[in-house]
Amino acid sequence: MNIYGDRGNVLSLARRARAHGFAPRVVEVNTGDPLPEQVDIVVGGGGQDSGQGRVARDLAARADEIRILAADGAPMLMVCGLYQLFGHRFVTHTGDELTGIGVLDVETRGGDVRMIGNIVLDSDEFGEIIGYENHSGNTRLGPGSRPLGRVAQGAGNNPDDGFEGARTANVIGSYLHGSLLPKNPALSDFLIGEAARRRYGSFDPVAGVDETVRRARESAKRRPR
Amino acid sequence: MRDVLSAVIGKTVRQAARLRGGGSALPGLVVEKLDPGFLSRVLGRLPYGVIAVSGTNGKTTTTKMIVEMLQARGLRVFTNKTGSNFSRGVVAAAIQECSLRGRLDADIAVLELDEAHAMYFIDRVKPRFTLLLNVLRDQLDRFGEIDTTAKLLQRIADATVEGLVVNREDRLVAAIGERTRERAGSASPAGRPEVREFGLSAALLSTFPSDDDFHATPLAEAAADDAPERPDADVTLVGLGDHEAVFRIEGEDHRTALKLEGLYNTFNAAAALATVRMALDAGPLPGRPARFRTADTDEALVAALAEVRPAFGRGEQLLLDGRPLELVLVKNPAGFRLGLASFDASGVDVMIAINDQYADGRDMSWLWDVDFGSLADEGVDTVAGTRAWDMALRLEHDDVPVGQVEEDLGRALASFRQRTLGEGEGEGARPRRIYCTYTAMLELRRALAELTDVEDIW
Repeated sequence: MNIYGDRGNVLSLARRARAHGFAPRVVEVNTGDPLPEQVDIVVGGGGQDSGQGRVARDLAARADEIRILAADGAPMLMVCGLYQLFGHRFVTHTGDELTGIGVLDVETRGGDVRMIGNIVLDSDEFGEIIGYENHSGNTRLGPGSRPLGRVAQGAGNNPDDGFEGARTANVIGSYLHGSLLPKNPALSDFLIGEAARRRYGSFDPVAGVDETVRRARESAKRRPR
Repeated sequence: MRDVLSAVIGKTVRQAARLRGGGSALPGLVVEKLDPGFLSRVLGRLPYGVIAVSGTNGKTTTTKMIVEMLQARGLRVFTNKTGSNFSRGVVAAAIQECSLRGRLDADIAVLELDEAHAMYFIDRVKPRFTLLLNVLRDQLDRFGEIDTTAKLLQRIADATVEGLVVNREDRLVAAIGERTRERAGSASPAGRPEVREFGLSAALLSTFPSDDDFHATPLAEAAADDAPERPDADVTLVGLGDHEAVFRIEGEDHRTALKLEGLYNTFNAAAALATVRMALDAGPLPGRPARFRTADTDEALVAALAEVRPAFGRGEQLLLDGRPLELVLVKNPAGFRLGLASFDASGVDVMIAINDQYADGRDMSWLWDVDFGSLADEGVDTVAGTRAWDMALRLEHDDVPVGQVEEDLGRALASFRQRTLGEGEGEGARPRRIYCTYTAMLELRRALAELTDVEDIW
């Protein structure tokens, strides 16, 4: 699924990996395509409701493969639509049910309220996470996943519990789309670091945070919801 | 009698509002409260009825094209040219232009309808003809979902009485046309509303990528040359040049110069042509005489189109320090991508101003779906606006050098001007170009208006 600027996550992750001294290769996997033999990091995005059914069927067909990768510690970032489908199920507000692949212990129900706007999270591991949310799905976490962060400004997984995103092993799900990785290099570094450790046994970070990233984070944080 | 009362009250409120510097929609608000039927009565009397123009992008310029082509045919046209495309803005404009008896001195109304506020409008007035342009991806934080926007456009189509014109190349809008055609085929004995399309030749498809195509591989572009030619639409854009286009209408190619800027506007010109053709083919409603010259041809329509100038801020050209300054409005990835493709990046000093005010949309994700590689050679001199640093970060990812980043638009403009003064003036001097979001454009125009030597060269 390809809207809401998810391409930015891929661009930014590749750039950050290069800054750490790696030579990344980006492989697009569309519905029906086989996964490449060597998978280091998996990134998934969001799309309009009408595309979600097709993606759900495709995902179901490759569920075992993805579960094995996730259990093996492969880092993954799933945003919005694919965050929902990486959970157990997505029940739309009309009562239709899409079955997810259950890599994340979350469940989503379509809600009446659209949660839209600039959002800031606090996370013990990644510090302040800054992004933009746009979803009507209410996601709730089971004991098998912990949240990505606590909401400092915005809505998050649902209007009630003050958490955003989900994390099981090295798989992260989040409603923060588009510019999540460009403005949050700590998350890119987590994905790159886990991938490097899984493949090479170690990770020596060399890239720092540049001025442009710092200023983009600052101005985004100041903007109204 | 109600018409007279509403007209008088509306005009009085308008005077009062003007005295205290109030907004243009206030008289509309007051009259709508007192007389909810005012709009439908006033517009309901027009001999040619109402043309509605909707879609996410290009409404203002396309409306302007339709209006000016109809005027060239001798029709008196009422339009919401203040740019207030909400229903109250339409009522306010009607009050302003109608006589004290509450009669509008017009043959036809051409109204730009915002996708969301159109619902309020169509509850009161059924458009005789509707043009649906596109469902592009800006303003998602206002309407949530592309699919939701498409549903709103469907409702405008459903409210349309006589004729619908749709964009054949926009998947969601084309589907609305199909559904309308099926419905008309089965339900209505007259086959109303009639559905017509505007479109592109197969060879031009790759020049106008849709949001669906953003992740398509270059294969799609390579394949375009061999793509099978489809049947012509009512008006098909078949050729593009520098301020030039070729439109195919009923098998005949019409080549014309255009004063409009940008590929998008050229495609929207096909939309305007199809809409005007439909309205003129239908003629005035029975028993309502209108001032209409019947002898004109498609050739004459195209000639009228050639005279249309860009609407304010849409590829508008000003003169500053003796050299052209171009303002290019960008609101979404497809628009920005086309903006970059429409204007040569070499030999121009470039500024980009990105605001995230409510009217721009607060979501900056879309910048990541635009490829800025074409700016890499010459770089961008100045990046400005509330989200200047987001834009700078985006450019960094495409290895585009940035001269300076200054969030404050006034300071950014002054500095951009100083830094790019260069040597020559007048002929041969490097032109300047500013890509800007909607509210950035408004602010820049205000700032530019205060610079004494700014004049509109068109």
